[in-house]
Amino acid sequence: MWDLCTHSLDTARLRGATYADVRAMHLRQRDLTTKNGQVGTLAQSESIGLGIRVLASGAWGFASTDRLTRDGVSACAAQAVTIAKASALAKRSDVVMVPEDAFVDSWQSAYRKDPFEIPLETQLALLLAVDAEMRRVKGVTLTETDLQFRKIDSWFASSIGSRIHQRKMISGCGIGATSFRDDEIQKRSYPNSFGGQHSLQGYELVESLDLLQHAPRVAEEAVALHSAEQCPQKTGTLILGGSQLGLQIHESVGHPIELDRVLGQEANFAGTSFLTLDQLNKLRYGSDIVNVVADARVDHGPGLGTFAYDDEGVPAQCTDIIKDGQFRGYLSSRETAHLIGLKRSSGTMRTESWNRLPIIRMTNISLLPGTWAFDDLIAGTDDAILMETNRSWSIDDRRYQFQFSTEMAWEIKGGKKARMLKNPSYSGITTEFWNSCDAICNADAWTLWGTPNCGKGQPMQTMGTGHGASPARFQNVRIGAAFSKP
Amino acid sequence: MSKPAKQKSSRRDNAAADALLSERELHKIVENVLRLARSTGASETEVHVDEVADALTRFANNAIHQNVAEHGLTVSIRTVVDGRTARATTNRIDEDSLRTAIDASLSLAHSQPKDPHLLPLPGKQRYRAMNRFVKQTAAYTPEERARAVRRACDLAVKRGQNAAGIFASGQSQTAMGNSRGLFAAYRETHAEFSITMQEQPAASWAKANSASVRDFDPQKLAERASEKAHRATNARELSTGRYTVILEPSAVLDLVGFLFYDFAATALADKRSCLNDRMGKPLFGKNITIADDVYHPLQLGAPFDGEGVPRERVLLVDRGIPKNLVYARTTAKAARKKPTGHGFALPNEYGEAPMNLVFTGGNSSLDEMIASTDRGLLVTRLWYIREVDPYEKIMTGMTRDGLFLVENGRVTSAVRNFRFNQSILEMLRNVELLGPAVRATGEEAFEMVVPAMKVHDFRFSEVTKF
Repeated sequence: MWDLCTHSLDTARLRGATYADVRAMHLRQRDLTTKNGQVGTLAQSESIGLGIRVLASGAWGFASTDRLTRDGVSACAAQAVTIAKASALAKRSDVVMVPEDAFVDSWQSAYRKDPFEIPLETQLALLLAVDAEMRRVKGVTLTETDLQFRKIDSWFASSIGSRIHQRKMISGCGIGATSFRDDEIQKRSYPNSFGGQHSLQGYELVESLDLLQHAPRVAEEAVALHSAEQCPQKTGTLILGGSQLGLQIHESVGHPIELDRVLGQEANFAGTSFLTLDQLNKLRYGSDIVNVVADARVDHGPGLGTFAYDDEGVPAQCTDIIKDGQFRGYLSSRETAHLIGLKRSSGTMRTESWNRLPIIRMTNISLLPGTWAFDDLIAGTDDAILMETNRSWSIDDRRYQFQFSTEMAWEIKGGKKARMLKNPSYSGITTEFWNSCDAICNADAWTLWGTPNCGKGQPMQTMGTGHGASPARFQNVRIGAAFSKP
Repeated sequence: MSKPAKQKSSRRDNAAADALLSERELHKIVENVLRLARSTGASETEVHVDEVADALTRFANNAIHQNVAEHGLTVSIRTVVDGRTARATTNRIDEDSLRTAIDASLSLAHSQPKDPHLLPLPGKQRYRAMNRFVKQTAAYTPEERARAVRRACDLAVKRGQNAAGIFASGQSQTAMGNSRGLFAAYRETHAEFSITMQEQPAASWAKANSASVRDFDPQKLAERASEKAHRATNARELSTGRYTVILEPSAVLDLVGFLFYDFAATALADKRSCLNDRMGKPLFGKNITIADDVYHPLQLGAPFDGEGVPRERVLLVDRGIPKNLVYARTTAKAARKKPTGHGFALPNEYGEAPMNLVFTGGNSSLDEMIASTDRGLLVTRLWYIREVDPYEKIMTGMTRDGLFLVENGRVTSAVRNFRFNQSILEMLRNVELLGPAVRATGEEAFEMVVPAMKVHDFRFSEVTKF
């Protein structure tokens, strides 16, 4: 593979590129699902190819190919240079990048059990047993389970001399039970909705989540929601469970700090950001107890945003995003770092596959743990609504105004969980919301959640991101607007 | 290393980077897989070959900042053995890789219990001939895209605005065959131009998508976005509540696009469709008629589904009443219906879906809708739409890139963007006027043929800061 990478870099240079980097990737994936006791998807796939990004005439070009021969990658590199020269027809200035060192390295994410080596029969037997447990509950009308495993090898080489091989093992699993009754569809999921939990681990992730034990509860809650009271419409105290808070971080912190959005490069599609450059180190993003980092390092945990180097060859880093409530940092690339006068990229350029251009993506954007034990947080709250497990999410294109709904909620009264509530939702303005945070649970309740489905870029790329979070409390939040009837 | 491909790999390497294989070459790959599978114990085999050669020029801040091209081919193999089936996919077409994929598919298939509902593969089918491949679009160059982008950016500079967008062009093809003699192939071209013009703090947007790059004029789209962006400045904040809205086709598309899976027979069997207990009863206004029709002149897509069944035009909603569903072969058999050619490639848990919705339009122009409105809002596009309630089909999302107040029959000012929480079912009962149906393109749903709509009592629940 290195030979093809080197050959494509050589071709690019001969054709006039002043800089080039190339990513050869081999992606393997296995998907298993069941529905209502039957096997649904049972599929395996692999994809291997190479993409080259070049700077020529001061502008970018990118081309990719699955033709992995010397002739094939040569043609691809030549095409990338032709495209870069075409880009120069509509440039305003030459692209400049901050310097970066050359690295020669090899890294592999840690895992204990290779999911591709676990017998398929074992994996399917687990899913079918979980499915059967959920169907045992009267009133359940649809049961779903899924496992997903990915193994990704990437070979990065650049014209400044980097040669980096990385291998990632990613596992994910989730279950869900749905109940249709009386003109109402209710659903519960575990350990998270929309595909469950995903992380940079092997099959040990699946075993640690004990899907079978949780199956009856998930199904019972889906049915019980029909009899629950409607979540009231009011302004009040809100406690978010960890997985929902993870998505809140993703949408209202992770996306607005992407420097390509801030600089207008995503204006046509993903949108821009309220975090204009004049806000850096000045904006009070949240209350004093809010600390958020972008941490791609292995030490942060096996998140979907964990790696050794980004897809621009920049080492993984930890960047303060919000420190004691103050806005402190962006996610950057070598080019965008130069545009705002930084000395180094924060190392967040990532690509979905060999046929996609690396773009700025979240790594692990995590809210650092606070001091509260979860039980103490509930006991110390007189009147609130505790919302768990995302059902829908939406935020405007500058990331100010958001609305989330969750699968279920609990009313907290006098320090205790009282009645179950259905159809909960909450909404607000990003900075007002984070400034209303007055309690964050401690490390015992902290989980590094994986969001496997973050879409961005044109052509669209789907990327996995990590979000560490523990349950937290917010004051004066608008609750229930999604179902209000003005 | 693997053995060299049976077909001429040198021909692929030396071909123009954007050229697709011929139908004959696709057929050869299919036959190669079927031949290799015959010696493996698979009782039946199905092969899909998909190839794409796409290019996309992206611009922002009045300059090109990303410019990409891709070429890829995948071979996806489904084997059937003893009432069990599974799929393996590869993008390598040498014999060893194909054999490995066949083995992987068989291994997956063997690992599961027998599927009592699994049907034998379909035999030879007849397909309607369609021509949606435009040579000029297939051959469109990065220089041509760059020149068009440059003109749009120059317009923005001239007007003190900031342009961002994409200009994409490309070609794709899909072929499938199986061990019962079925073979189908289809190719098409596609082109898309999308532009956002920003005049701080406002912005507006225009977009077009077609099989031919000749079907739209990027500069006209740039002009339209530019003029609307200028009108969108000085937005005023209005109170939340119910408003009459005039939804441009893109806004209609991105909402009603969320209805498509509800018409899948599998969705009803799973009781997750909003049409459960509602088929055959008045659900929408009498002015709402919806069909799924891949053959409509403004549609794109192959004339066969993931199982190789010819797609049929299906009348889904007739004057407000949901009449028919779409069926894959398995769901059709369970319902004692004929498959409609809307099945996904097996195995899957979703069954089928109509992917080519066509709404029957009306004859009201946007200007007439505005002129007939005492007080309402003109909506350019919607953004980040998600489902809040799956049975009442309550959707939430934001307005974006141009929201305007209409008073006494004319547009009077720009308005700050709203969040909506609106049932699509209710919305389609409240349609007062329909425009001509057009090929609409947005960002939340795939392209469909829908009209602009004037709708009363559309619910806006919150307002944002711009």
